[in-house]
Amino acid sequence: MKLILKGGRVIDPSQNMDATADILIENGKIAACGTDLQVPADTEIIDAKGLIVTPGLIDMHVHLREPGQEYKETVATGAAAAVAGGFSSVACMPNTAPVNDNRSITEFIARRASEANLARVYPIASISVGQEGKQMTEFADLKDAGAVALSDDGKPVMDAALLRRTLEYAESLGLTVIEHCEESSLSAGGLMHEGYYSTILGMRGIPSIAEEIMAHRDILIAEYTGAHIHIAHVSTAGTVRIIRDAKKRGVRVTAETAPHYFTLTDESLTAYNTHFKVNPPLREASDIAAIKAGLADGTLDAIACDHAPHARTDKEVEFEYASNGISGLETSLGLSIKLVQEGILSWPDLIAKMSCNPARILNLPAGTLAPGSPADVTLIDPNRDWTVDVKAFCSRGKNSPFHGLTLSGRAVMTLVDGLIKYDGRGLR
Amino acid sequence: MTKLTKKDILGIADMTVDEITLILETAESFLEISTRDIKKVPTLRGKSIINLFYEASTRTRTSFEIAGKRLSADTINISASTSSVVKGETLIDTARNLEAMNPDIIVLRHSAAGAPHLLASLVRQSIINAGDGAHEHPSQALLDMMTIREKKGRIAGLKVALVGDILHSRVARSNIYGLTKMGADVVVAGPATMLPRDIEKMGVVACTRLEEAIDGADVVMMLRIQLERQKQNIFPSLREYAQRYCLNRANLKLAKSDAIVMHPGPINRGVEISPDIADDPDFSVILDQVSNGVAVRMALLYLLSGGNE
Repeated sequence: MKLILKGGRVIDPSQNMDATADILIENGKIAACGTDLQVPADTEIIDAKGLIVTPGLIDMHVHLREPGQEYKETVATGAAAAVAGGFSSVACMPNTAPVNDNRSITEFIARRASEANLARVYPIASISVGQEGKQMTEFADLKDAGAVALSDDGKPVMDAALLRRTLEYAESLGLTVIEHCEESSLSAGGLMHEGYYSTILGMRGIPSIAEEIMAHRDILIAEYTGAHIHIAHVSTAGTVRIIRDAKKRGVRVTAETAPHYFTLTDESLTAYNTHFKVNPPLREASDIAAIKAGLADGTLDAIACDHAPHARTDKEVEFEYASNGISGLETSLGLSIKLVQEGILSWPDLIAKMSCNPARILNLPAGTLAPGSPADVTLIDPNRDWTVDVKAFCSRGKNSPFHGLTLSGRAVMTLVDGLIKYDGRGLR
Repeated sequence: MTKLTKKDILGIADMTVDEITLILETAESFLEISTRDIKKVPTLRGKSIINLFYEASTRTRTSFEIAGKRLSADTINISASTSSVVKGETLIDTARNLEAMNPDIIVLRHSAAGAPHLLASLVRQSIINAGDGAHEHPSQALLDMMTIREKKGRIAGLKVALVGDILHSRVARSNIYGLTKMGADVVVAGPATMLPRDIEKMGVVACTRLEEAIDGADVVMMLRIQLERQKQNIFPSLREYAQRYCLNRANLKLAKSDAIVMHPGPINRGVEISPDIADDPDFSVILDQVSNGVAVRMALLYLLSGGNE
């Protein structure tokens, strides 16, 4: 099985490459990359002229809901949404039911992913048994079963001693620890960002400092132990500043943000539309500006959409009772391309944040088009105008505040192991 | 303006000065009906009004019920404790079932902010927000404004002090919107823990001392303190709260000599207002507020039903 992607603009930050070139794929691997490649017999030719050819995109923070909440999403429908959004790999959070805190759940998720045979799915195991913040899970066994990282996801590790031990122990195994930063005594009962809009809407607010205090604490623990920590979905200007300062000191901290945190503000909540309810909450215009600056100067390493699919019944209720989250895999790239259009990121920067950097943070054998690598490739049409239509989502989660929005630029082909999984029209 | 064009009454935030004025003038014209021997007019005969109350309420529910009955509408009360809510039915399903029975107006009280907005987006009936969480309580603000107009002849240019738990108060929010739109100068006061973030951006002055707020005030509106807030460390004790924020004969001297004292009820006597002030007809208009409440709710039901058609 041979395939050549001809004449595209190949952007591969892992090799500092940005040039018009062909990519030859043989037996699921990148065989060659260059101009005027010799095309072997029986090679399928794909015209990539006018398209951007990149290492397959990686979303390091998604929720696939299986096992336990298959009515919201399954590994298969989530993996379909991934390839339709241009992602050849995703890493899924452990807040399933039961929690992914043991080998059998990790193996189950991996098996479901291989049955679906779409995107690669990398399980993230929980730090503590049942995400309860008390007893450590069996990190080494989980890694052996296929877990690439550890996180208690939406239940931040409130016990500082547990986080310290986790960082120390996980570091020795090469497992990345991911923290959702939220000081729960400050956020308890909160439904949205605390500010003018929470005041006029009469809803309990979640102050920025709930995130910032926790990010600061976690960074201090990482600094003390010398271990690496990854901060999930940064939403505030203060967190950006804290991470920037820490990086300057040489702390081993990496961080991600999500497209909604550089796209939407708390003003969106004035109609109590639950599709805008996320945690951490949508912040203010000044936070968006700081997040964009953090992306531009490298403080924020990755863009991950925190894909949180929900059923209608989870969202079509009073705001207070509605579930948090946005079904994001199929809009993430389109929203992020706006950063290039606005001049905040270059194309190579954007690809780094959506492919190479997540691969590096999670130590994945991906995020590169170097010869010999698995042929995970995304083709992007940077000028294709399209309108977000949740009815066309592959994800079961139709909960998107971006429904009806027109975006410019999207993935038109996603390859995994050299096989076309999505071709711009549908799954293959 | 002689007609209300909106389908729902969700809050004062989205009302114009003309709409507020129309409602107040209509309410004033209805006031007389409640003083007749036979307190009933046939205006809304054949209309059905459902009072859907997900939160306990005596005053507001009764007021809406009496308002409907005085206009000859059929009023039906559903409270959370007696409905299918306890069986776990969603608001949407309850609403769609009620909609299928074809009422004309649904009056909703709910502990979740924004619940009336959800309901209004789903059913074709008119929705009146009778209080949603800490968000809005439009009929209360309207009856308060009616009372101020009645006693002071105007709203514009008056200094109005709102004192108490602004953070959790839907009465405060609706009154801030209404009073500032109508041209009053509004000062809010309470312990710093009860003043929500960026409250000044609503066009009010905020302070933490009762005395500062009521100094030179034409209207002093005291808000109810929820006793359970003490457990959340919003304030240390009722005793300390009363020492600092209870309106009494001594501190009321700071207000204008003809100032009126208001309270949306129910009162914690001796906490928000000393009993002698609450009962002093020279200052207290608390029971006028209740009477005007019926008239305001009659006006809302009437105007939403098509007004002068």
